[in-house]
Amino acid sequence: MSTSNLTTSMTASVGSTRRQIRVSWKRHLFRTLGTAFVWFSFVIVAVAFLSIILDVFLKALPGLKLSLLTEVSTGMGGGLKNAIEGTLVLSLGSLLISAPIGIAAGIYLSEFGSGFAGKSLRFLSDVLVGVPSIVLGYVGYITMVIYLGWQFSVAAGIITLSVMLLPYIARTTEMALSNIPQAVREAGFGIGAGEGTVILQILLPGAMPAVMTGLFYALALSMGETAPLIYTAGWSNYMWNGQLTNQPIGYLTYVIWTFINEPFEEAHILAFAAAFLITMVVLGLILLGRWLMVQQLRKRGAYQ
Amino acid sequence: MKVSVFRFGLVGTASFLPLSLILLVVFLTAYSWPAIHYNGLQFLWTNDWNLGNLYGNPVMIHGQQVMPGARYGIWFLVVGTLASSFLALLFALPIAVGAAYFLVEMMPKWLSGPLALLVDLLAAIPSVVFGLWGYVLLIPLLGQTVFPWMTQHIGFIPYLGGSPGSGYGLLTTAIVLAFMIVPLISATMREGISAIEPSLKEAGLGLGLNRLEVLWNIILPKLKTTLVGVSILALGRALGETMAVVMVSGNALNYLPNNIYTPISTMAAFIVSQLESALQDPTNMAVEALAEIALVLLLLTVIVNIIARMILWGAKVRS
Repeated sequence: MSTSNLTTSMTASVGSTRRQIRVSWKRHLFRTLGTAFVWFSFVIVAVAFLSIILDVFLKALPGLKLSLLTEVSTGMGGGLKNAIEGTLVLSLGSLLISAPIGIAAGIYLSEFGSGFAGKSLRFLSDVLVGVPSIVLGYVGYITMVIYLGWQFSVAAGIITLSVMLLPYIARTTEMALSNIPQAVREAGFGIGAGEGTVILQILLPGAMPAVMTGLFYALALSMGETAPLIYTAGWSNYMWNGQLTNQPIGYLTYVIWTFINEPFEEAHILAFAAAFLITMVVLGLILLGRWLMVQQLRKRGAYQ
Repeated sequence: MKVSVFRFGLVGTASFLPLSLILLVVFLTAYSWPAIHYNGLQFLWTNDWNLGNLYGNPVMIHGQQVMPGARYGIWFLVVGTLASSFLALLFALPIAVGAAYFLVEMMPKWLSGPLALLVDLLAAIPSVVFGLWGYVLLIPLLGQTVFPWMTQHIGFIPYLGGSPGSGYGLLTTAIVLAFMIVPLISATMREGISAIEPSLKEAGLGLGLNRLEVLWNIILPKLKTTLVGVSILALGRALGETMAVVMVSGNALNYLPNNIYTPISTMAAFIVSQLESALQDPTNMAVEALAEIALVLLLLTVIVNIIARMILWGAKVRS
């Protein structure tokens, strides 16, 4: 619409050379409102982010004591020792399962995934990323918790989280490997190395920083999850006794959504402290991953 | 060609991915089969979630043991899920495009990197922390100040008038969801905008268009497919969002929204909030009906994601 306005005003100005190009008030309005909106849209997103961080930090401040790390939680207060331990056990455990499988799947997608099988695998893993985590949690509940009789347990939580992480790790590994120039592979095969040797000893070490970035993101993702764990890992006020099944475990995100509903001020502070810890760790992992990625990009300058 | 053990192992592990997707559908269908059988198709469009008389004796209906008076219909969840997600998308789309344009075209390079981090890191904040923020900050603000003001001054617009409610509800949920999906759309659009050939933009500028007119008349039409694809992808994410919705939606039961402030619930949130009471049902039918909701949600998000991925693959966008 504004283009046609422009053409008319242009032809008008061609007709009489003395007249300047007149910008219609509609275009002025569009420009002013548009600029204002573009500023507004960035500012509101930035404000939302900063207000989340500040809100969590300020309200967690009175609770950030050493006793968070040394005491277990009670029904309405205490510390977060058990929840911190649980979050670490669950997310590291799930990474331990999903990393090898995911990296192997990523290698397959990148190196052999050009055919129909590879394409459909890639498609399905993209779709799997979109499956809501609560659905994974519920399937974990009906299969492992009920059918296999594991009860709320560490194993059920870990396996549910692993399924969630699998497609992320596979896709980031694939990206990392496919960024390595073809010539590197040819050089490997040229000196007589086999498929396995080329991939495991040449390509994977080269892509390691980018793969690690994917793992950091996956770890951050698993630490921030709540929905898949509520009905698989359950909740416990005690420290984990090392049993994989029939033993529920606590985790930080659970503290956030249950303790905020308690009528006690102490419970609220604990919920914010948990939110602060988890947000800082998650953001830290993401930033670390980004930093690794930048390093990798710099290093790859040597390849090209 | 000889297939090595190595490659065979890779194929084996890689097949975990499609296998897990198929198993999800199979397990859910198998487990909820009695509920599917008992509820029939009207499960989707009747508005009646009632566990029945839990102290009565189980009765046989259609060959299934259920509690007397038990009926399962999730129309209110279908409405709540779709309404909150579409509303969220409606809010998020212009904001995300605006923010993307701001970062790519209006800021100098050295500044746009750090500023973009503010948007990108929003995506990393856990769902439950979003919920906490909505619960302690947004709900008092919206419920006590903004919503009453809206009903008073712009209440003549359909669905914006009536009781402003307490702050828990459809609009609050949509706002929180919108902030959760903005980073996804924005990041993809940022890549799209910076990938457009400079000569196209220069041609527009040369014609005398200002930069926003270039965005509106040249950049956005060029990125139409990407925009549609990533919007559907974001919609899929909003449909399945759980914890934040549980904390701000008001968790309504059997209640259809009559304005945008009314409490709602979504399928994902309902599963979390109802399992405990469903476990009281000695016939287990309630738990199976929840599995049926999970199945509906799974199929819905899978379909939405398939459509989105097909569009994005057609446009050769990675996100």
